[in-house]
Amino acid sequence: MSTASPAAGLAAIQPAPAPRRRLPLAWIGLVPFFLFALLFLIGPTAHLVVGAFQTPEGGFTLDNIRGLFTPQIIAAYWISIRVSAASALLGAVIGFFLAYAVVHGKLPPWLRPAVTTFSGVASNFAGIPLAFAFIATLGRVGLVTVFLNETFGISIYRMGFNLLSFWGLTITYLYFQIPLMVLIIAPALDGLKKEWREASAILGASSWQYWRMVALPVLAPSLLGCFLLLFANAFGAVATAFALTGSTLNIVPILLYSQIRGDVLYNPQLGFALAFGMIVITGLSNVLYLVLRARAERWQR
Amino acid sequence: MSFLDISGVSKSFGGNTVVRGFDLGVRRGEFISFLGPSGCGKTTMLRMVAGFEQPSAGTITIDGEDVTHRPPNARRIGMVFQAYALFPNMSVGDNVAFGLKVAGRPAAERGRRVDEMLGLIKLAHLKDRYPYQLSGGQQQRVALARALAPSPRVLLLDEPLSALDAKIRVSLRTEIRALQRELGITTIFVTHDQEEALSISDRIVVMSEGRIEQCGTPHEIYNRPRTRFVAGFVGTLSLVEAVAEGSGATVSVAGQPVTLAEPVPGSGRRPVTLAFRPEALKLDAGENRVNAIRGTVEAAEFLGSVVRLRVAAPGGTLLADVFNSPAAPPPAPGEPVTLHFAPGDVFALDGEGAAPVQPMAAE
Amino acid sequence: MSGARLGPWIVVGLAALYFVLPLVATFEFSLSMLRGTWSFEAYRVVFADPAFRQTFGFSVLAALATIVLGALLVVPTAYWVRLRFPRLRAVIEFVTLLPLVIPAIVLVFGYLRLYNSSSWLPFTGSAWGTNLLLVFGYVVLSLPYMYRAVDTGMGAIDIRTLTEAAESLGARRRTILFQVILPNVRAAVLSGAFLSFAIVIGDFVIAGLLNRPAFGPYLALIGQNRAYEPAALAVVAFAATWGCMALLQLLGGRAPGAAAAPLRTRRKAIP
Repeated sequence: MSTASPAAGLAAIQPAPAPRRRLPLAWIGLVPFFLFALLFLIGPTAHLVVGAFQTPEGGFTLDNIRGLFTPQIIAAYWISIRVSAASALLGAVIGFFLAYAVVHGKLPPWLRPAVTTFSGVASNFAGIPLAFAFIATLGRVGLVTVFLNETFGISIYRMGFNLLSFWGLTITYLYFQIPLMVLIIAPALDGLKKEWREASAILGASSWQYWRMVALPVLAPSLLGCFLLLFANAFGAVATAFALTGSTLNIVPILLYSQIRGDVLYNPQLGFALAFGMIVITGLSNVLYLVLRARAERWQR
Repeated sequence: MSFLDISGVSKSFGGNTVVRGFDLGVRRGEFISFLGPSGCGKTTMLRMVAGFEQPSAGTITIDGEDVTHRPPNARRIGMVFQAYALFPNMSVGDNVAFGLKVAGRPAAERGRRVDEMLGLIKLAHLKDRYPYQLSGGQQQRVALARALAPSPRVLLLDEPLSALDAKIRVSLRTEIRALQRELGITTIFVTHDQEEALSISDRIVVMSEGRIEQCGTPHEIYNRPRTRFVAGFVGTLSLVEAVAEGSGATVSVAGQPVTLAEPVPGSGRRPVTLAFRPEALKLDAGENRVNAIRGTVEAAEFLGSVVRLRVAAPGGTLLADVFNSPAAPPPAPGEPVTLHFAPGDVFALDGEGAAPVQPMAAE
Repeated sequence: MSGARLGPWIVVGLAALYFVLPLVATFEFSLSMLRGTWSFEAYRVVFADPAFRQTFGFSVLAALATIVLGALLVVPTAYWVRLRFPRLRAVIEFVTLLPLVIPAIVLVFGYLRLYNSSSWLPFTGSAWGTNLLLVFGYVVLSLPYMYRAVDTGMGAIDIRTLTEAAESLGARRRTILFQVILPNVRAAVLSGAFLSFAIVIGDFVIAGLLNRPAFGPYLALIGQNRAYEPAALAVVAFAATWGCMALLQLLGGRAPGAAAAPLRTRRKAIP
């Protein structure tokens, strides 16, 4: 009895603050958020996903999904995936080298905040103004086009370059992809400890062995994750491509845009399927990103 | 020639000289500590031995071979870092095997060596864990095993214990020392903790402002500090101003005569600073404790086995550690006491070094 | 040593070339409206265009509404979740990250189908209803940035202790939220606000498909019909983005809980 009394005393004290918390009513505080998310985020998306499997009359069908497998739509997905993958891959590689140079390149200290600030601006400088900027740079009468032609006699357009093509779009997308990569990979590079390089050197490893056995494996989840985020970022982008190419370039977001404005596919339910396909692709890459980020954070404790 | 020989090494960063004229010979199998406050150049010196920094002048030889300009990965040196620096993407076993793997050793040999090393540090059961699953003390032991696995010629320890809890710090340092004895590996240990250095080393190099202040066994460093800096940095010291007259070994502290073991250099009436270790001052007059200083107790701090008294004496404040005795309570503040000490327990500091004394610079 | 530093310089130099050239080209192009001479004619034309002023004003208003609404939605939720439902944090974070998964065009497509004039909630039936839907869409788009910034800001201050301290002094919930918590996450809200602003000003898809007279659709229209004005508009848009960034640094840097304004803290960290 005497040993139990302190515990009993504690138990008597514990419940006291509970009534003050009013737990049963606390969930009301979360209602606005969840209501908002349901109405303007989850609801509309779910509506499209369900609609992708429905006939106009509301019955279940796989015809809409099957309808995606026409040459025009497959080509649209294919070029979208190619542009997104190319700009994500190049953006990730170039952004990685840029971030590495700034973080570990022993450059003057003022350079890092300068690059980070610029990246913050440039990664948001997407959309229509970006298209204008590149038309002024690499368009038919753009500054660089004219400069190369007049100074070196190189006509990039006669050599087959076109701003309104796969490579033109990729180069333009890099303008926001590279800065985004710099912003999201820099913390991972900061996590690369100087001591790891020194420890591997003192244990006899060459620089190449350090990169192959330590640095790249440590960075791999972050690198792959960043690539996937960049991919999704490019895949959903409409404005830049639209302003650059009008509706001449057949990529999925533009196709969907045209479909919404004027039912160019002559089947309203096909639009649902088109949107569903986009969600599947960006969703997959984002889920992979989250998984890989969780893995990367496990090491960085 | 010593096994590891550092001669005339200096290092400057820009216009800032952090190590100057460093000479040291380390015998094979010796355990040497570099001790000093932060910024004294001890870590820079260690990094030059490792090859991470290039000396501005001087040479470093290991076993007769000049390694001054060799890259770190060609020096066959083992190193343990303050922040463990285990590779996070590798298991404990792979971490320990790393040095052998990059050297191209066959897998069977690697496996044997890894098991042997993990056995030495008693972590064989954690072979397949990842670093993030280990405690700090375990990580540091793995780092030690990793450094030792490729059989380096020299082991460098860069404040390996300072990131750990006090208790683990003490047990791990004992473990490090035992392991070092067992393997007979030549070791340099960098620390700013004097207790650590005193307890673990064959010899201690006390550094200040890029220079060696004193190099000697822990016993020498503690009992016969050669400069005011060493006297102040290692151990606790209380200082009392005294006056010497003539050439004898007797000085006077506010009129009370004090006999020293050796005569104070110089002649005529001159000021002298006397330095005392707290454990040298006793409340009772014993065998050869012929000196006495009277004072008043200011405070008594109960530390367990000893009671530390702060005694206001005419020439300054003295710290005295007296043994705790259950029979007699320690003197209370305000009580007058007489502190007794032998001539060998006090040293005069003037004229021995230019560095100012920092009596409490224990941390 | 100097050899090792050459590589990084080359990388930074090439990157600078790639990033600066389009800006220079755009600026140069925007100045060459009049033949044979450089002038600000394109800017004059743009600023004189009432449609520019109207659409830009519309977008700025929409941005401000988005920021206020977003902050009102996110700050109490993030606070309440951290204080009372820490286990729901992962769920909320997942929901807030969804707009990165669902492209804006898909979202607005869903709006058009779900909230058309013949539906149970006919947002698009009236002009103000459509405007409201537009702002809600913008709040959704900025949700990932806003929530993350605010949640990180709240992680930097100990909101539980702050709340208990305020409670012990007799403050009520609403007082605590608006007088204690909000001022302390001001920097975080601002950094989220900046991104929201950039998103709204740059948006083309949502406003375009909802048929609102916003800046994005205006830009697209000008881009299709004119030559020099688009360049001038691009310069204006870029300058506006920079202006926001500068404003953010100016306002956010001094506030407590500035951890969410990484640029500022990083700059401070450099000796």
